Amino acid sequence: MSEWVKICAVSDLIADAGIPALVNGKAIALFYVTEQVYAVSNYDPIGQANVISRGIVGSIKGELVVASPLYKEHYSLKTGQCLEQPNAALTVYPAKINNGSVLVQTVSI
Amino acid sequence: MKKLVVVGNGMVGHAFLDKLVNSPAFADYAVTVFGEEPRVAYDRVYLSSYFSGKTAEDLSLVPVGFYETHGIDIRLNEKVVAIDTSAQTLTTASGVSVAYDKLVLATGSYPFVPPIPGNDRDACLVYRTIEDLEAMKAAATRSKIGVVVGGGLLGLEAAKALVDLGLQTHVVEFAPRLMPVQLDNGGASMLRRKIEKLGVQIHTNKGTKVIEDGETARHKMVFADGESLETDFILFSAGIRPRDELAKQSGIAMGARGGIVINDQCQTSAANVYAIGECALHGGMIYGLVAPGYAMAQVVVDQLNHKPASFTGADMSTKLKLMGVDVASIGDPHGSDEAAKSYIYENGPQEVYKKLVVSSDGKKLLGAVLVGDVDDYGNLLQLKLNNMDLPEHPDDLILPTRSGTKPSFGPDALPDTAQLCSCYDVSKGKIVEAIEAGATCLADVKSTTKACTGCGGCTQLVTSVVNSELAKRGVEVSKAICEHFPYSRQELYHLVKIEGYQDFASLLNAHGEGHGCDVCKPAVASILGSVWNAYAFDRKNIPLQDTNDRYLGNMQKDGTYSIIPRVPGGEITPDKLIVLGQVAKDYQLYTKINGGQRIVLFGAKLPDMPTIWQRLIDAGFESGQAYAKALRTVKSCVGSTWCRYGLLDSVKLAIDVENRYKGVRAPHKIKMGVSGCTRECAEAQAKDVGIIATENGWNLYVCGNGGMKPRHADLFAVDLDEATLYKYIDRFIMFYIQTAGRLERTATWLGNLEGGIDYLRQVIIEDSLGIGAHLEMQMQALVDSYECDWKQVVDDPEKAKLFYNFVNADEKDPEQLYVRERGQLRPATAQEKLESLAIELV
Repeated sequence: MSEWVKICAVSDLIADAGIPALVNGKAIALFYVTEQVYAVSNYDPIGQANVISRGIVGSIKGELVVASPLYKEHYSLKTGQCLEQPNAALTVYPAKINNGSVLVQTVSI
Repeated sequence: MKKLVVVGNGMVGHAFLDKLVNSPAFADYAVTVFGEEPRVAYDRVYLSSYFSGKTAEDLSLVPVGFYETHGIDIRLNEKVVAIDTSAQTLTTASGVSVAYDKLVLATGSYPFVPPIPGNDRDACLVYRTIEDLEAMKAAATRSKIGVVVGGGLLGLEAAKALVDLGLQTHVVEFAPRLMPVQLDNGGASMLRRKIEKLGVQIHTNKGTKVIEDGETARHKMVFADGESLETDFILFSAGIRPRDELAKQSGIAMGARGGIVINDQCQTSAANVYAIGECALHGGMIYGLVAPGYAMAQVVVDQLNHKPASFTGADMSTKLKLMGVDVASIGDPHGSDEAAKSYIYENGPQEVYKKLVVSSDGKKLLGAVLVGDVDDYGNLLQLKLNNMDLPEHPDDLILPTRSGTKPSFGPDALPDTAQLCSCYDVSKGKIVEAIEAGATCLADVKSTTKACTGCGGCTQLVTSVVNSELAKRGVEVSKAICEHFPYSRQELYHLVKIEGYQDFASLLNAHGEGHGCDVCKPAVASILGSVWNAYAFDRKNIPLQDTNDRYLGNMQKDGTYSIIPRVPGGEITPDKLIVLGQVAKDYQLYTKINGGQRIVLFGAKLPDMPTIWQRLIDAGFESGQAYAKALRTVKSCVGSTWCRYGLLDSVKLAIDVENRYKGVRAPHKIKMGVSGCTRECAEAQAKDVGIIATENGWNLYVCGNGGMKPRHADLFAVDLDEATLYKYIDRFIMFYIQTAGRLERTATWLGNLEGGIDYLRQVIIEDSLGIGAHLEMQMQALVDSYECDWKQVVDDPEKAKLFYNFVNADEKDPEQLYVRERGQLRPATAQEKLESLAIELV
């Protein structure tokens, strides 16, 4: 069953940037862009370290992306797909804001 | 393989080899080179810079390993004494005999010493080789007054050497004016005025009759007019004579007054023997400039490649700086053709003289003289070389631009054959070829064609051709930093400064689109830092920062950070060393000394960083900004306090310089170095800013680089006192910050700067833009508002608490695992993690 887990307060988020969190032993990255929260896996599949939350958020041709801080590949915040390498992707988790709290759905975690 | 032998390893001999190894024919020949001097080819054009700080190595034209890499057999200190042109063999002074299939004579020239009685007295020298320079240096230490005999191009260059050696300098010229071949009377008298202002005394119309014992100095020169001059030191620089004795003894045809006769293919009278450069006589002319020699070298290389080629004479136009005075001469400046007309512009207060000589119908340029302002040289030279039509009023070409717009022809008007760079014989056609082959900017064109890399005089012209050709190919020379801003970094800098933006969002709203990206955001963060000293860790600036700037450390491959405290000048007390060791031990950090004379602690976890820094700050350390695009280190040697050779206290200067510029945000990192003497132990000439002690102060070097694209720094100014040194560095760094592109190191920036190092000198030293005081003021404001980044974090719990592994859990990062190696920990590899060889830290 899908379960929404409270991670932190909205005030812990940093606008247009990411923060790291731990859900069921799994490292995730939370991004907060135009008052919307995005959750993806924090593990950089190319650099092989938990660093995605420290990347710079931006847009490439309209697509919201985060750039890996290690080797600068771009990943879509909505789909997790790597723009430069077709076989690399982040896992995307449903996330929402409710009553000042940030919730992530743990079905796949 | 066939045997090719080159006799002579001067500028032209080396240029021949450089061209040859880059051509297909090189594969067909085993190449042997004989050089009579003890060292490989060096730059004789800039010989006088030996006395303003350059070393023999700096002057070398041969990249290290050039001959070895290409398998060329080079034999230095070996003079060839005979050629048997029928057997095709030659013999050296040590008795070695070598056969050849093709022989290239590039034996050069020797300085002409007029047959004056007494010309062989003590301290009567010539100026051609590095050995001559060493002899001059030795003679100068025993002398107060020096005389150069010869007021031509070489003589004035030699006079600069005497001034640099600290002598009271005189120039004695036989003709009624200086540079009689290249200048007319008006130009020569303006040049004389300017040079005399520099303290050099000029004596024209003086034939020396005899040199004898002096009364107040070592020698007395007695002139034909009965006057005399006392001097300690005489340097003959009265022209050159071809080194043709080898060819002459071997029965090769000579000119009546010397020189090895060559035809348009540079062939001598002997089969398979070529002659190039100053030893060769072509059409009755010996060419005493380097460019025609290079052209001859090309002609021979082309023939070895079975391509038709011919040398049909060369243009003797020159532009140069003599003792800091700009002088240029084009074509025939004397108007020898009686019907020729001339135009003269003379500006007394600014000491500028310009003259145009045009054909009787006013349509073609025949010659020109420029003294004091040679900006028009490129334009005029192209008009002359390409025989282009003059504008209706030719004098518009030399009048100051304030009197209207100067007629200029665009780069498109030039034919493909137009030679833009005479040092490396690069035509417009070759530049077009380079662009066709994929060059997309000036720097690419420079590295593939070598244009602009000799004297640099053609940079402006080449830039305009490159830009116009790129534009024609639809390569919009886009200056846009990324898809979010249609502006270059330089333009963004000005927008931030002039319109006063304090954050990224308002700049993006006003001038950009989208959300920004990892290109424009850090660039804008750096600009905000440079303009406002905006603290990197302000919450609203966090999203702009690369992770290194966001967490004030350099991220390593496992997501931990390095800790690099500032160790100004590399000087550190034992107590501070102990603190570093203790902190590293307590946090199990890997320690290493890096290339910038600092100690790095690797492997700091995010949650530990504020407490680590608290301990370091308590011990008197501060941030080293190793994570930032800012000043890194000022490397120093130990200097005069300990070193037996040190001239000045390089450690103290390095510490002061580092403390002045620390934290200033720039387009890229900045490295500096200070050496206490010319042994240069701090490798300052590989830095963005290098400072080297001399007996009279500090020499300043700029725009050097180590790393991926090494570049020797340019000597920028000499013998500075500390106040002037700081003034120039302030201006230099601030000008770089304001005008450089994104992630452009100073070396690349200079490469792209129109006008190059001369322009930079004008802006920084001569203050040609009138912005010097403003640049200094801006730098002072940055210096005054400096704060240690890490002190601000540890003093502010709100900032410190952002250093965590997880926002919702106090756990270790499960991926950070380690392996012990040589007594320290390092990150585990993926394989080691799989095989469970790695350990987690406690």
